[in-house]
Amino acid sequence: MELSSFFLMRHEMVLLAIALILIIAEILIPKQKKSSAVHLAIFLFGIHTALGFFPLEESSLFGGMFRTNSLIHFFKNVLNIGVFILLLQSADWIQEKIVKLNRGTEFFILLFFSLLGMYFMISAGDFLMFYIGMELSTIPVAALAAFELVKRTSSEAGIKLILSAALASGISLFGISLLYATSGSIYFHDIIEVITSNNLTILGFVLFFAGLAFKISLVPFHFWTADVYEGAPISVASYLSVISKGAAVFILMILMFTVLRPLMEVWENMIYVVALATMFVGNLFALRQQNMKRFLAFSSIAQAGFILLGLITGTQLGTASVVYFVMIYIFSNLAAFGVVQAISLKTGKENIDDYNGLYRTNPKLSLIMLLALFSLAGIPPVAGFFGKFFLYTAAASEGYYFLVFLAVVNVTISLYYYLLVVRAMFLRTNENPIPFFNNKLYMRLGLGITVIGILVLGVYSPLYDYIYELSAVFNQ
Amino acid sequence: MNISYLFLIPIIPLVVFLVLGIFNKKIKPAVSGWIGVAGLATSTILSFYAAFQYFFVTGKLDGAYQTFTKKTVWLNFTDTLHIDLGILIDPISIMMLIVVSTISLMVHIYSRGYMKEDPGYTKFFAFLSLFTFSMYGLVLATNLFQIYIFWELVGVSSFLLIGYYYTKNSAVAAAKKAFIVTRFADFGFLIGILIIGFYTGTWDFETLNNPEGAAIANWASTSFMGLSVLTWALILIFIGGAGKSAMFPLHIWLPDAMEGPTPVSALIHAATMVVAGVYLVARLFPMYYFVEEGFVLNIVAYVGAFSSLFAAIIAITQTDIKRVLAFSTMSQIGYMMMALGVSGYDGHEGVGYMASMFHLFTHAMFKALLFLGAGSVIHAVHSNYLKDMGGLRKHMPITNITFLIAALAIAGVPPLAGFWSKDEILVAAFENSQFLYSIGILVAGLTAFYMFRLYFGIFWGKETNYAHKPKESPRSMTIPLVILAIFSIVVGFIPFSEYVTADKLGFVAHLNYPLAATAVLIGLIGIIFAWIFYKKENDLAERFANAFGIFYRWTSNKFYFDELYLFITRKLIFKRISAPIAYFDKKFVDGTMEGIGNKTLVVANKIKGIQSGKVQDYAFGFISGVVVLAIVFIYLWTN
Repeated sequence: MELSSFFLMRHEMVLLAIALILIIAEILIPKQKKSSAVHLAIFLFGIHTALGFFPLEESSLFGGMFRTNSLIHFFKNVLNIGVFILLLQSADWIQEKIVKLNRGTEFFILLFFSLLGMYFMISAGDFLMFYIGMELSTIPVAALAAFELVKRTSSEAGIKLILSAALASGISLFGISLLYATSGSIYFHDIIEVITSNNLTILGFVLFFAGLAFKISLVPFHFWTADVYEGAPISVASYLSVISKGAAVFILMILMFTVLRPLMEVWENMIYVVALATMFVGNLFALRQQNMKRFLAFSSIAQAGFILLGLITGTQLGTASVVYFVMIYIFSNLAAFGVVQAISLKTGKENIDDYNGLYRTNPKLSLIMLLALFSLAGIPPVAGFFGKFFLYTAAASEGYYFLVFLAVVNVTISLYYYLLVVRAMFLRTNENPIPFFNNKLYMRLGLGITVIGILVLGVYSPLYDYIYELSAVFNQ
Repeated sequence: MNISYLFLIPIIPLVVFLVLGIFNKKIKPAVSGWIGVAGLATSTILSFYAAFQYFFVTGKLDGAYQTFTKKTVWLNFTDTLHIDLGILIDPISIMMLIVVSTISLMVHIYSRGYMKEDPGYTKFFAFLSLFTFSMYGLVLATNLFQIYIFWELVGVSSFLLIGYYYTKNSAVAAAKKAFIVTRFADFGFLIGILIIGFYTGTWDFETLNNPEGAAIANWASTSFMGLSVLTWALILIFIGGAGKSAMFPLHIWLPDAMEGPTPVSALIHAATMVVAGVYLVARLFPMYYFVEEGFVLNIVAYVGAFSSLFAAIIAITQTDIKRVLAFSTMSQIGYMMMALGVSGYDGHEGVGYMASMFHLFTHAMFKALLFLGAGSVIHAVHSNYLKDMGGLRKHMPITNITFLIAALAIAGVPPLAGFWSKDEILVAAFENSQFLYSIGILVAGLTAFYMFRLYFGIFWGKETNYAHKPKESPRSMTIPLVILAIFSIVVGFIPFSEYVTADKLGFVAHLNYPLAATAVLIGLIGIIFAWIFYKKENDLAERFANAFGIFYRWTSNKFYFDELYLFITRKLIFKRISAPIAYFDKKFVDGTMEGIGNKTLVVANKIKGIQSGKVQDYAFGFISGVVVLAIVFIYLWTN
């Protein structure tokens, strides 16, 4: 193996290097100047994001344990952009709250290691690499969830996440071992050859699926979501709801469309059931929420249900629509979380009622929130509409008309609660409204990028065509 | 021909709109006016440059003008059916570019003076730019769907500008009326577009308009109620065009649209947007001509001729000067439609098509001039009504002269612009049908009469006791008047038939002396009658009005068409149809939906308990989920 072939792991190596630089910086930077580490981290990650756009060859490493191709590469870039926006949005919070505790750098290091885990997870060529990646992506997040030590709810979120995650990963590992038992290999390309649909394999698949479903927070594996989102710092909730969920959806899709395709008869029915349960449960719970973070938690569960519409198809159209939707979802949800973050940081208010009359005092934030919610609800002409549109197209082209119909019913329900927030912001009045405030540069940038994304991604059609082309990789 | 740079023409006004719209309050009014003018001046220069390049340098190949397109696929439906965005350059789109640019630039300059005191100055310029952008997009569209998008956008900008004085109830009502009536027509347009997409598999103008192409060749393949489906589609599209161009019976919005600021009336409701319907038919002319042997063109011709006569008669009795001009616009557009309707395709047979475009071009110049002149008068005397005017020629010499030039032009007096284009239209009508020709010649006489009634009424006659002594408008307003007056004199000499023809080959048009002489004579008779009636104050007009009694009342009330529509909508549709439907909707549809909504909330309340907050419960749920899935999919689902 040539040394140069290590460059296939460029994403991983650069990110690892950044994490290591930050560890060293943590030691070297004197205590009074710790906030400069925030600038450093954002700067380095910005470079990393930019570097990611250089093209990469398609190949595999370590005897097939690690592989990469154009779609995986593209998806890593999407994750990078998401994390970059997230960093911009969190910067103020870290500088104001976390640096004081002398833990600013730690936040970034943990976050980057988790992202590194996701890289490995989606680039995995065998179940071992997949499992290590999944663990690496989860455990640091549990530490992050418990990051605000002064808050009891934050610790509660951390412990709930780590307990649930341990359960999920144990079950998933058991499922993987059953798959190994029936196929005699952990390498994906070997398993494809021998896997057949028998009872033990199906059991293995169900257990394995439960592990990933936990990360995507599909019903009935979603219970942790709301509590953790509510208790954890907003940045972490935001990370869990977009980056972590996006990566898990992606790898689940790849595995189902390639390795587990012989089980398609099983998983398409399973996804059908789970998709319906997820959409309805997510939406029904979201209706009643008063806390913005819990509200967004259930909304993100419902959104995961919609993503399954693309997963059920097993076609190139399905892959493309899922990747496209996840990308748009990242922008929309980050915009919503960003506004919640900004308001929470300035005023500590997180309830929907607190948002009453927000438009009068903070019109720009209200408009961003409006765009984000419209995009999540799928109202044209913002990006979310196109995302959902292609998911429906994919599902309908495989004949799932009834599922699409029920999805549309669910969109209607979701419209109700998204508009509740809009009504609070624009139509309600408040005797004690959130006062006007200006955001700092990082937050402005973070919100600005999401707004551009929401406005442009949907109507810029070459992007979808590009993703569609890339999607051919997993659908020969 | 490299046409990439032409993208700038629509984009510049769009940028101006965004800048003025976003920084509305932060820009000083003086600056925002200049931004608007500068942006549009750039677009205008580009348009003229493009026209020069196209007509004189690179546009021709083997004697025929070429069509250039540059586009990108925006939404894909099938291999052939997709929505493109792009620009299409051919003789009529270039001609429209010139019209839109020139008039819009003049209106921009003029508005700097006219709207000076207005508090919403920046907003006004933002709306003007939005309109100009939309109109450029409409003109340059490469396919039916794109034209539809911009079609709606001009509708929206028109709505915004008519209702610009939004504190005035009548302006708001007029804006709504215009929007609803044209929207109603656009519904037909949309269905037409969808039919064409479904049966021909393309929306692309080049493909559709190719005389040897599949769309035209196979027009007879599917028929519906005795006509080919494409014929139906073309009729529906014409309905859309008729709505926008205020053709009978969809004309009722145009007079009310005069509630908008006068520069807007000049730009939108005289020169550009209202002729979009004519442009649309011209854009699809090969289809109109070849499908069902031009069946739809007959409809176009008769609707145009009737509207033309109808509007000219009403114009005689109106006392609001802008309304006279509005009906005059409707009448002249009817002329253009009639010319399109009687046109052939090849060579000299296509004289109607050429005449229609020619008249569109000259009409834009002198009608915009008339409106801006009327605006100048209104600016001076603060009233729209003829009774408040009179004898203004001494006070406003420049407005007087320019208005006179425009009035002579529209009356068809040689050698002004209107004479040449009107003559071509009459030639085309004469060669096709004596009946249409006689309507045309009658309208020519009526036009000359009501236009000089207006002119004498404003500038001659007895001087009213003005509260303030009226004075000539500022330079920013008179300069556009002078420029447009020059255009109204010279554009008639452009040999249009060599540039803009249906088959793009060009031919030499000759003046038909007998017909021209008749038309000029009729026009002069009209002017002389107006002279007798209105030059000096006398009671002749009143006596005639009394003598004609009922007829006079009918015309001055616009044949009670507004009342008819009100009767149909309020008494028939609202009461007999809408009310029962609304009842059903409220009780049954809404009732069902509300029931579902309430049930949903009840369910949401009931299942709240599942989310207990205890990790043990969560783990239990998790494991149960796994077990249930495993059992279902191992034992129940698979055999």
